[in-house]
Amino acid sequence: MKITQQIVNKHGLNSEEYNKIIKLIGKKPNLLELGIFSAMWNEHCSYKSSKKYLKTLPTKNKKVIQGPGENAGVIDIEDEDALVFKIESHNHPSFIEPYQGAATGVGGILRDVFTMGARPIATLNSIHFGDHKHYKTKNLLSGVVSGIGGYGNCIGIPTVGGEVKFNSVYNENILVNAMAVGLVKKNKIFYSKAKGSNKPVIYVGSKTGRDGIHGASMASAEFDKNTEEKKPTVQVGDPFTEKLLLEACLELMKDDSIISIQDMGAAGLTSSSIEMASKGNLGIEINLNKIPCREKKMTPYEMMLSESQERMLLILNSGKEDNAEKIFKKWGLDFSIIGKTTDKKDLVLKFNENEVANLPISALSTEAPIYDRKWKKALLPKKTSLPQNYKSFKIIDSLKKILMSPNNSEKSWVWEQYDQTVMGDTIQKSGGDSAVIRIHGSNKGVSLTIDSSSNYCESYPLTGGKQIVAEAWRNLISVGSNPIAITNCLNFGNPEKEKIMGQFVECIQGMKEACTYLDFPVVSGNVSFYNETNKKTISPTPTIGGVGLLKNLENMMTFGLKELGSSLFLIGKTSGHLYQSEFLREVVGTKDGPPPEVNLFNERNNGFMIRDLILKKLLNSVHDISSGGMLVALSEMCIRGKIGAKIKIPNKNISSYEYLFAEDQSRYLVEVSEKNKKEVVKILEKNSVYFEIVGKTQKDCLDLEKEFNIKVEELIEINSRWFKSYFNEN
Amino acid sequence: MKSSVIVFPGSNCDRDVAVALEKFKIKNEMVWHNEASLPKSDLVVLPGGFSYGDYLRAGAIAGKSRIINDVIKHAKNGGLVLGICNGFQILIETGLLPGILLRNKNLKFLSKNVFVKVINTNNKFCSNYKNKKVIELPIAHNEGNYFADYKTLKNLEDKDLVVFKYCDMDGNINDVSNPNGSLNNIAGILNPEKNILGMMPHPERLIDPILSGKDGSIMFQSLKK
Repeated sequence: MKITQQIVNKHGLNSEEYNKIIKLIGKKPNLLELGIFSAMWNEHCSYKSSKKYLKTLPTKNKKVIQGPGENAGVIDIEDEDALVFKIESHNHPSFIEPYQGAATGVGGILRDVFTMGARPIATLNSIHFGDHKHYKTKNLLSGVVSGIGGYGNCIGIPTVGGEVKFNSVYNENILVNAMAVGLVKKNKIFYSKAKGSNKPVIYVGSKTGRDGIHGASMASAEFDKNTEEKKPTVQVGDPFTEKLLLEACLELMKDDSIISIQDMGAAGLTSSSIEMASKGNLGIEINLNKIPCREKKMTPYEMMLSESQERMLLILNSGKEDNAEKIFKKWGLDFSIIGKTTDKKDLVLKFNENEVANLPISALSTEAPIYDRKWKKALLPKKTSLPQNYKSFKIIDSLKKILMSPNNSEKSWVWEQYDQTVMGDTIQKSGGDSAVIRIHGSNKGVSLTIDSSSNYCESYPLTGGKQIVAEAWRNLISVGSNPIAITNCLNFGNPEKEKIMGQFVECIQGMKEACTYLDFPVVSGNVSFYNETNKKTISPTPTIGGVGLLKNLENMMTFGLKELGSSLFLIGKTSGHLYQSEFLREVVGTKDGPPPEVNLFNERNNGFMIRDLILKKLLNSVHDISSGGMLVALSEMCIRGKIGAKIKIPNKNISSYEYLFAEDQSRYLVEVSEKNKKEVVKILEKNSVYFEIVGKTQKDCLDLEKEFNIKVEELIEINSRWFKSYFNEN
Repeated sequence: MKSSVIVFPGSNCDRDVAVALEKFKIKNEMVWHNEASLPKSDLVVLPGGFSYGDYLRAGAIAGKSRIINDVIKHAKNGGLVLGICNGFQILIETGLLPGILLRNKNLKFLSKNVFVKVINTNNKFCSNYKNKKVIELPIAHNEGNYFADYKTLKNLEDKDLVVFKYCDMDGNINDVSNPNGSLNNIAGILNPEKNILGMMPHPERLIDPILSGKDGSIMFQSLKK
């Protein structure tokens, strides 16, 4: 078959890239070789637009064992234990086929974690949908949620946290970001770097089918009106097989059979074999006749580009093949020795005794193009005067409106579809500031959170990037843990556009500042560009998965109010920043102005103060103040604890609206028993932490002096109404 | 007291239940589904999970698995058998317990803590619930909607074989407190000889105050006696 310009373009490569290929390999590629290049050089696998900036993020602190570049990041959580975690997007497939797209997103990220020898102990997710009134939203939401549940529930890993958001910018490009966390002994971590030539290369897991061919290329392009036709590029998940694969891999990992291991994720057999060889500075030779195939007459092209799920590639120590085969057969999985490592540093593919491809590994990996794309700086939006009418909305009506909005509603409709308690170590489930999972058999735990704030990032990416890291950090602090590190999933539009690239560059800059200042490095992650349909782009949406350590679970904190007559302290300064707030968006209906600025000094100072007070057992409950501001945070504390509160607005030169609904950063609302009040005041004053005592807890009602009085029961009802009525359920 | 937990390839609550058994000093052994016979055991547990993926009817394949013949033999000889969640579904597939578990009434997987009333404490599994009859346990299932024909249901009720019913915090049994649509709010049943219990809620997930409660412990304490 002659390679025409049209075929090259269909593979997502431009003519410049094609010419570079010819130069690198010294010949014109055949169709199979072109397909392999297309799989490796697309944005999804090569990070060609993002690499330059990702390199600027901090990736180390004294807890980091493995930073970016492996299947997942690894941190030290003391004793013999390490935690493995990563987040990944599955946006494009989930929009085309929500159930399978989301399910395989979970499956893929779980494999990244157990590939490293870790038993997965939790998953989280961040899912973004279009306007709830958009005709596709209901179907996408229910499909994605049941897909996430369908996979995680079957394999038996608890889904313990997440966020669900709605915004018309995602009407034609939903986001499905899944994070997995696993536990491993520090001396039993497995890596993907191949070592030694002439070692057997083993294929295990499911058979290869024709599903998911060109999945990674699909995820590296915009959508248009023909999106539906891309359905065959979506893979189909089989969580039962993944469970078998998980158990078989962990069983084999008990001894020293495995040299290196890599899951076949995006770009399947192609990227897994090339990555292993590239990291080990070796070559790899594969006999494609040995690939277990699901369908007859599959071509080398199809085998190399299939994204069939639940497959792994292993390199074993010579002589360990029989034992390994026994284990995989026990679990009913395919096991095939498909080739060997070589010292020639080429990828050589054979089929029916013929050599069908021969490419230098370096051309596919290290020599892949890296772009320094043009980008445009975003302008900080002006603080225009707020709409005159905003004070005409009653405070109580505004609160109700926020609490019953899709974005701020209680989301048990979603979470109850996820098995949250399997494995018996879920200490805090979805709905808290962070989820908390006990380390099995011990009294320590890890805190997990997942956060994004696309409105802030859309308004001003630099601040948005900084804010979202700070918010994840704050959520980990709020449960009494020590924040350690993050994983990030960077969802953006088309990087070939200067504005979009600018959003990316500046979000990274903001993240970098916050990560550095808070000693909160990035250990893994993923970039998803081209979240566009018919030239309409999403808001920049970096999603942060944060992880912290609770050395003693007895010091864990929750946010529900605990007792009557205790004092409510607002920690951190309220300047009254209403721009980009839920109040202005949901109630007044304006999206103007800059996001709240993050003062990293205050962030750290206030956060460490809260953590110390928790450790001293001086606080009853803690909630970070985020979306919706102080009044929404307080309502949530009342709802969770089924206890009321009476508060008073201090005399200030800002309006009640600004005081109650502002989204100023680095703030917490905490409940302090009468007996501890003096002590807490003393400590706060001594450490120059700004605070105000805003009121007291009481029975049944939330009271704002001179303004309103509402029963907690009513708050609960308002807050839990939306999802059920959206889906017509009682 | 010696127990065996059957491990199907897709079981995922096998470890959890083993932890619970061992916590209450019941000597436990894990038994692979492909074994021909059970080790000597007083109690056999069929744990929760997705035994063979459950792409077919939940528990259908497990009901025909190799080890299950010996489980049936053990049960017919009066040995104790506890089926939790998928284990309950499997017990129904083997015919050891009557009825069927349909998909939940709203056709969605449902994972939450629910209140359950202990209706019958006169059996080996529940004797320690005498002093606490309304308990809290987690459920996590897609097919837990118990259904049986009129005669079967009447027989279960008349002979006091319904052990657990979904209820509210105060013990009221009604439609509002029925999470999955089960007939008569049924959450767990016994065979007439009362040596086989099938239940949808997960007692093994609530054995520790830090896990928001320990109402599940009471069952294992009862079994230990």
